[in-house]
Amino acid sequence: MIAIEWASLVPLPVVLSLVGAGIAVAVAGRLRLQRTVAITTLSLEVAVSVALLFGADSVGPLTVDVGGWPASIGIVLVVDRLAALMLVVSSVVTLGVLLYSIGQGSATNDDEEAPVPIFYPTMLVLSAGISNTFITGDLFNLYVGFEILLAASFVLLTLGGTESRVRAGISYVVVSLLASLVLLTAIALIYAATGTVNMAQLASRLDELPDGTRLVLQLMLLVAFAVKAAVFPVFGWLPDSYPTAPAPVTAVFAGLLTKVGVYSIVRTQTLLFPDGRLESLLMWAAFFTMLVGIVGAVAQSDIKRMLSFTLVSHVGYMVFGIAVGTAAGISSAVFYVAHHITIQTTLFLVIGLIEQRGGSTSLSRLGGLARVAPLLGVLYFVPALNLAGIPPFSGFLGKVGILQAGAEQGTWLAYLLIGASVLTSLLTLYAVSRVWNRAFWQEPSEAVLAEPRRLVVGTVAPAAALVAVSVGISVIAGPLFAVTDRAAQDMLSRTPYIDAVLPGDLP
Amino acid sequence: MIPNLVLVITAGLLFATGVYLILARSISRALLGIILLSNGANVLFLVAAGPAGRAPIVGVNDEAEMTDPLPQAMVLTAIVITLGMTAFILAMAHRSWQLSRTDVVADDVEDLRLVELAERDADPHPESDESDEAVDEVSR
Repeated sequence: MIAIEWASLVPLPVVLSLVGAGIAVAVAGRLRLQRTVAITTLSLEVAVSVALLFGADSVGPLTVDVGGWPASIGIVLVVDRLAALMLVVSSVVTLGVLLYSIGQGSATNDDEEAPVPIFYPTMLVLSAGISNTFITGDLFNLYVGFEILLAASFVLLTLGGTESRVRAGISYVVVSLLASLVLLTAIALIYAATGTVNMAQLASRLDELPDGTRLVLQLMLLVAFAVKAAVFPVFGWLPDSYPTAPAPVTAVFAGLLTKVGVYSIVRTQTLLFPDGRLESLLMWAAFFTMLVGIVGAVAQSDIKRMLSFTLVSHVGYMVFGIAVGTAAGISSAVFYVAHHITIQTTLFLVIGLIEQRGGSTSLSRLGGLARVAPLLGVLYFVPALNLAGIPPFSGFLGKVGILQAGAEQGTWLAYLLIGASVLTSLLTLYAVSRVWNRAFWQEPSEAVLAEPRRLVVGTVAPAAALVAVSVGISVIAGPLFAVTDRAAQDMLSRTPYIDAVLPGDLP
Repeated sequence: MIPNLVLVITAGLLFATGVYLILARSISRALLGIILLSNGANVLFLVAAGPAGRAPIVGVNDEAEMTDPLPQAMVLTAIVITLGMTAFILAMAHRSWQLSRTDVVADDVEDLRLVELAERDADPHPESDESDEAVDEVSR
């Protein structure tokens, strides 16, 4: 093996994005230069993330003590298999969305939702915030990472300042800030109870607390992350705010922001609170999330809102896997996270293409797209089947993994959830095929035939590339499951993480 | 650790008033609520820091008498974050004022649509294409 200094790569995902954002702001007047900076930064980030995944898988958790301060009093950045996998998926997806928005921007120069000079820097800051939450090793830096990505998401959501966006933005801002404040309060209480916010140290110190105190802290953290992850019953903000944003912005939000919340739940549940006390609470939350989300999706007549509801619903699958708590459950949940990030982003980008070609995303206005734009039909059909869980795609594989983990546990609640999962999958299939039927089949409607709109190649290529990536995940599902299995076992035993962060016998 | 009662009560009061304000209709009131809530969380950090002591500067004060510097760093970060968020929400409130001369958080689109549908069901005289208009509003 080449002796690579893996640890030097660890801060790069955050540093690259922030430096890129700074440069992009500095060249604010020159759009082409901004685009080049953005693409270069994200491509470098993809490369670094892949390298980190390779390093974390072969060597173990990679840590960096920021500023040289020892881990007990300073900030530590940790990249284990889970974090590296999340970094890879998020950077690939962000790069795809960025290429799509570049293609869209260059075709419609006077579009009211065209990227103003802050679009590219803000996307890079969003990417930096997401990377920061994935690689951080202490709770307060997690809060800071959340705030970075939240602030960037506020800007992206209200881009252009139209009335509908400001309305959606206000409710999104208030709900998100409320969740962040719950997180901040939880961190203050954790510090008061244990004297540290470093997650590796907390792993041992939280065990020494009285049961009631630990339960309160666990619940507060769970509530804060559940709002971010859009779990029942705190998911209402998501379908309200996501559809109003521009298509690439909704794509990256849908793909990444809720998964940051899911990642935080996985990390805190496995590392900090491993005794599984809230298992049935999480199971019931998953149950209702799955069913309420998909029933909401079926009731929609606008494709964007339908996909927002399926996004909520499928978070329930991930929470199910986490609630089961075994290595198989967590491994399948992580695999499903990776799959779902890709597939949801891809679908939202394809919806953006539909909006380009057909003029709207309302099912009552669309029709017959398969005849006028067959490529668009394929680009919708493949990820839609993937989302619905049709074999041999990764959606099917992830769901089977979660269902198997639930069946291994064997309680009646697990079987109830297995039934709900299968029902949700069927209803997802119904929802996406309803869209297929009304938007792609049938005679072309007037809206579709109104003007000869052509699809811009600059947007079709990135969307097609992301569809290919989602199919690729299905192809490499075997090795990917092997990686997530190893990650899950590391997480459940906790010692690789703790030993990497706290070498020696620091308490 | 015995927490400072005055600080705990202050934090509680700030949280209570913050929650009351954040549920208000007006954006400016919700913003005030957010500011109060985050100040309450900051005071909670002060509670977590333990009893008051001397400034935590190495070489100036004896280490045994120093206050805990870590919560102070966290409070500073939280204050700056709240500052940024406050600026953004103020800009949005101003934008909302520019657009609609009002400061309130508008109703949810879905709720408006449901109200329209309910009124349509209650009304024996059907009007033309109301449901399509509601759908159009959603799809924008």
